[in-house]
Amino acid sequence: MSTEEKYVAAVYLVVFAFVLLYLVIMALKLTRLERQVGELAELAKRRAGG
Amino acid sequence: MWLRNNQVPALAGLAAVLLCASIALIFFYAPVDEDGLNQKIFYFHVPIAFTAYACFGWGAWKGLLVLWKRKPGADLESYVAIHQGVIFGALTLITGSLWAKFRWGVWWTWSERQLVLFLVLFLFYSAYFMLRYSLEAGPQRENLCAVYALFGVVLIPISLLAIRLAENYIHPVAFNKHGPQMAGSQFFTFLVSLAAMLALAGALYRVELLGKRLDQRLRELRELLA
Repeated sequence: MSTEEKYVAAVYLVVFAFVLLYLVIMALKLTRLERQVGELAELAKRRAGG
Repeated sequence: MWLRNNQVPALAGLAAVLLCASIALIFFYAPVDEDGLNQKIFYFHVPIAFTAYACFGWGAWKGLLVLWKRKPGADLESYVAIHQGVIFGALTLITGSLWAKFRWGVWWTWSERQLVLFLVLFLFYSAYFMLRYSLEAGPQRENLCAVYALFGVVLIPISLLAIRLAENYIHPVAFNKHGPQMAGSQFFTFLVSLAAMLALAGALYRVELLGKRLDQRLRELRELLA
């Protein structure tokens, strides 16, 4: 691979890595939200039961 | 009706199709000109920069809606748009530096007005987050953030015009008063790449906005149940 090809590949990889990183951040956030919804549902059930 | 209820998957699907199409066009359709293979960087670098401008502009527009119409939710939309703008701005600086390292032999040059003005715009909007998180949530924060977002938008035309006003520049000029300075196939590829980046930014904007709204509603629900 020539130096020129390496720079072109690096640019496209940076953009691809950004999209993947965003996906990871969003997956982490969704996991946290799912856990919080579970906690709130548990709390609501306890309130309804008591 | 389906589109209205499924904006995020529709935008994400459109972004995926357009990104694949743009990569295919860049490598299999657009010709390699006298600049060599490194010219292929242009098809991602410039659309990413234009997308950053569009995000900052959208953030400023939402800021104006906060001040003008007191539109509920506009403050959060302005914040998310500026966040996207900063991400795309960082990508512009990284892809531009990679191109410059190969073409000019340096990662950065302070003598280029275009580069310095884009950096100023990027740093200005990066400082928006310091302002936002140094204030208590409420109408005062909404107003101050909206005014800040509106001030920054003035830098966009200056940044775009900077290269055209410079006497001695080394940064290439792809668009001037005579139109695009490239072949028809290259311009078409550029337009598809620009549409792909805008669709990607739109999809990410919607996803982030959904997450933030969900966070807000959960917080309200927790306070009600506490």
